[in-house]
Amino acid sequence: MINKSQMNSLGQSLLNFWRSSIGKKLIVAVTGIILVGFLLAHMAGNLLVFQGREPMNDYAYFLHHFLHGAGIWLFRLVLLGAFVLHIVTTICLVRENRAAREERYACEATVKASGSSKIMIWSGLTVLGFVIFHIFHFTVRVDPDLAAMKDPLDPSRHDVYGMVIAGFQNPLVVLFYIIAVTLLCSHLRHGVASLFQTLGFRSEKTRVAIGYLGIAIAIILWLGFLSIPSLVTFGLLEDKGAAIEHSSHSTASLLKC
Amino acid sequence: MASNGSLDSAIPGGELSEKWTNYKSKANLINPANKRKYKIIVVGTGLAGGSAAATLSELGYQVDCFCYQDSPRRAHSIAAQGGINAAKNYQNDGDSVYRLFYDTIKGGDFRSREANVHRLAEVSVNIIDQCVAQGVPFAREYGGLLDNRSFGGAQVSRTFYARGQTGQQLLIGAYQALEKEIAKGGVTMHKRTEMLDLVVVDGHAKGIITRNLQTGEVSSHAADCVLLATGGYGNVFFLSTNAMGCNVMAAFRAHKRGAYMANPCYTQIHPTCIPVSGDYQSKLTLMSESLRNDGRIWVPKSAETAKKIREGQLTAADVAEEDRDYYLERKYPSFGNLAPRDIASRSAKEACDEGRGVAKTGLGVFLDFSDAIERLGEDTIRARYGNLFQMYEKITGDNPYKTPMMIYPAVHYTMGGLWVDYNLMSNVNGLHVLGEANFSDHGANRLGASALMQGLADGYFVIPATLPNYLASVEPGTVTTEAQEFVEAEKAVKDRIEKLLSINGKRAVDSFHRELGLLIWDKCGMSRSKDGLEEALERLSEIRKEFWENVRIPGSGEGVNMELEKAGRVADFIDFAEVMIHDALDREESCGGHFREEYQFTKNDEDVKSGYTNEGEAKRRDDEYCYVSAWEYKGPGEKPFLHKEELEFENVELAVRSYK
Amino acid sequence: MNLTLKVWRQAHANDTGSIETYPANDIPEEASFLEMLDIVNERIIEDGGDPIHFDHDCREGICGMCSLTINGVPHTKDSGITTCQVHMRKFREGDTIWVEPFRARAFPIVKDLMTDRSAFDRIIAAGGYISVRTGSAPDANSIPISKDDANDAFDAAACIGCGACVAACKNASAMLFVGAKANHLNKLPQGEPEKDKRVLGMVRQMDAEGFGNCTNQYECEGVCPKEISADVIAKLNRDYAAAATREAVE
Repeated sequence: MINKSQMNSLGQSLLNFWRSSIGKKLIVAVTGIILVGFLLAHMAGNLLVFQGREPMNDYAYFLHHFLHGAGIWLFRLVLLGAFVLHIVTTICLVRENRAAREERYACEATVKASGSSKIMIWSGLTVLGFVIFHIFHFTVRVDPDLAAMKDPLDPSRHDVYGMVIAGFQNPLVVLFYIIAVTLLCSHLRHGVASLFQTLGFRSEKTRVAIGYLGIAIAIILWLGFLSIPSLVTFGLLEDKGAAIEHSSHSTASLLKC
Repeated sequence: MASNGSLDSAIPGGELSEKWTNYKSKANLINPANKRKYKIIVVGTGLAGGSAAATLSELGYQVDCFCYQDSPRRAHSIAAQGGINAAKNYQNDGDSVYRLFYDTIKGGDFRSREANVHRLAEVSVNIIDQCVAQGVPFAREYGGLLDNRSFGGAQVSRTFYARGQTGQQLLIGAYQALEKEIAKGGVTMHKRTEMLDLVVVDGHAKGIITRNLQTGEVSSHAADCVLLATGGYGNVFFLSTNAMGCNVMAAFRAHKRGAYMANPCYTQIHPTCIPVSGDYQSKLTLMSESLRNDGRIWVPKSAETAKKIREGQLTAADVAEEDRDYYLERKYPSFGNLAPRDIASRSAKEACDEGRGVAKTGLGVFLDFSDAIERLGEDTIRARYGNLFQMYEKITGDNPYKTPMMIYPAVHYTMGGLWVDYNLMSNVNGLHVLGEANFSDHGANRLGASALMQGLADGYFVIPATLPNYLASVEPGTVTTEAQEFVEAEKAVKDRIEKLLSINGKRAVDSFHRELGLLIWDKCGMSRSKDGLEEALERLSEIRKEFWENVRIPGSGEGVNMELEKAGRVADFIDFAEVMIHDALDREESCGGHFREEYQFTKNDEDVKSGYTNEGEAKRRDDEYCYVSAWEYKGPGEKPFLHKEELEFENVELAVRSYK
Repeated sequence: MNLTLKVWRQAHANDTGSIETYPANDIPEEASFLEMLDIVNERIIEDGGDPIHFDHDCREGICGMCSLTINGVPHTKDSGITTCQVHMRKFREGDTIWVEPFRARAFPIVKDLMTDRSAFDRIIAAGGYISVRTGSAPDANSIPISKDDANDAFDAAACIGCGACVAACKNASAMLFVGAKANHLNKLPQGEPEKDKRVLGMVRQMDAEGFGNCTNQYECEGVCPKEISADVIAKLNRDYAAAATREAVE
């Protein structure tokens, strides 16, 4: 039972919200929106690679310098916050959910659950692993060869264009990238439709559209993200004027990180 | 052997229409501060028990509530489909409190108490208000107002309904009110707990003995009065539309402790049930009587054709219109397929007895929607009866949109029950009986959509007003479970459990129940005769003997033991059946749910000659049998003693019931 | 028909329990699933064994008491029916059928296939009602309610409280049950005044009972014998967000 005195404390209310299953679900949904928004923007940025070196590197330069360079850190902070909150909350939920059924059925069956919905935690954790790898690969650039790439047109700035193409020369990297992005899209196929349900927008009228939206976003991101490594792998996207010679050895060593 | 000395029905004086108002103005009240000192036991959480427990707690009494199910929401009121009557006259079709009263009295074949029935009709309007306020989602018209439909035995539309789940919705309303009171602490709920005895101290009901069905623990509960709302005894027939757990134990235990059992021979056979298909069957499924609004009931005119249908050589569609006998429309042109339940049921039996039944077993008639589908379209029929059609298809595997349904009567409701006065108090002081468990409002036959009305009337409106009348006369909390009567009753209950467990025979409880049910259905079902009833009495004592020598109950009294629960109930059904048969034997007339083959109209009767009624219709004998039979328990195997409450009709004229 | 049953047997709440095998021979096709168990039980009793305990009462799909998980699916794979409405004609000669209780931490096993679903009662007691003192109600037609709203409220109110939604959910979440009741009452003007209190109260009780969280797989909707749509969960989420916000700031 709720009484008015409990209602008076804002802190108590927030704690209640965090403790409640729906409160946590809402956190997952809202952080999910932020992450999906980031993914769409990230993909759009990536696709600049097809425009050539200059637009791509201009874009990267802009990202690192808007608001005098503070913009990207603000952006990263929000993203990191959403990401961490998304993961911490879902792990809490999974633990609670496991505890809610102590003894499993001897004969297990489902009638409706989609394949993607059943592997959410695994697809999510794989994506987490991939994101860490991806940050070391392209953001922190632990590979000194990639880190040292300079834009041939403007050697004062980093050659993102060249780095992307060089980074996808290793088939193992590409394979991991394909697996991770596929799982990410599986995650989103359930996650996007799901966030509408959690936020309370799913109804008889919107149900079908929301289902398709989830699938559509998943497919768009899958095609968008995977077009680059696949075209690089099949040699359809080449760096005609590479700043440094690419070394497969260096990227392979990166995988060990 | 009969007397009418000790039965005071406590009917208030004055004009019929003012009795209840006068009563309420003059009845004793209890000061709010004193109410919490009184403890009330309510057994059963159906419409009557649930609504009574919730309302009494709201008023400030302490309530101890018991049900055998795992939740109070599961009581069998939940299965009522069709609707609930109320004299709201929202349809402007001429309904009134008087008309509802008159229809109920007439429908009950003039064997109920005028004052009780009039009160029922009066409070019917409050019930609808109460339930709507609780959020019961009754059907509505496009303008947002409540919708009504018509029901058997009435020529006005006064039935409020919530699709085919009216009982469920009303019960959930009462259950929610009950849960609210449980949360507040006014009601202590005892689930999975069965009442095994009533405790009477100095002539007053002061408590009950229960067994916790989960732990097996037998315990005593003391209170200032006891309310039984434990439903009917339809499961004495084994196959009925009642839930598997419905039983007569609480009422019968009270009967053994001195409460009179009234009119037990009045049992209602519902005309629209799915026919029996084999001896493995555990229960019968009813389909709402509302189906009779649009469905037409028929059998082939010739037994020859019927035989071919049974053998699968012909289908319903092969029978030409002129070869069909729409027997209800033929015999009762003004009511047609909406004739009251007893009449519709008996007509089906007659048709099948003539060899014109169409189900494989020979016991089934068609309920045909093809005309209605042609007239209104399949969509309209689906909107009205979709869930019922679906249910039929699930059970039988046949699609009623394509082929006619098959139906046959089944035991559905029992009008008889513990005798109560106007206060709903039995002849045992402090023992009040509500809903189907009492005998009071439906006479010899109940009209459709009236059971829900009575259950809620008793629980929400009648008992809260009448109970203080009794409570004001007793000191609260005078008796505790330390009393000798409790100790003895608890010991007797434990001994009986021990005895049942120690028999260790060969037959499962169900096999006895099935045997009992078949016997009662054959001899004391849709039609009864002196010879048959006497034979049944003999067979009953054989079944009882065999039961107590050869029943097998595995396990112990500790923890859950469903066989033990069933055994206790079946043992009481066997004893109860004896009272029922004595009552059927005593009542040498036909009325409502009690049809004695010896008493029916013949072609020589004036009313038949004049065309007012038909040959073979039930023949009442008002000069000799216009009374309530109230049976007093006289010991095991002894014939119970008959008390008579003469029925006086001051406001209606006793007439031959005609639905032509 | 001749079948093999794999049945969960557990003598009492604290017993570990295990799957036992029983033959079910000469079963009539027209029998219901529970009648098949009755037949098996009658044979077990006559052979001196302890019958298989299961909850059941009305046997017409409305009381919500029957609660078996058949071949891994609560009630059955066919939509819109309860255990007691499953008929043997749906099975084939020689089938092996797995029969287990409704499993959830919040539904502890009482014996064999019987569980204790009192948690649902406590959730209703925490707000699943409209407070109206008997006798104080206005005339029933004084508050018109559109037919659509009445229908929506009814769709949600059709819940029979059987717990199949919980049993089917991999997280043993009770969101469909809670959503159904919240929607039934919140949809009606009568339920409006207590809406926030109801939603917060029921959800908190649900969490306290140890049910899991909804992860939007809609298994609950798939097994619900009354085919209640998971849309009620969406609305509950929305109502909860609004109620929690109002609780925090107002």
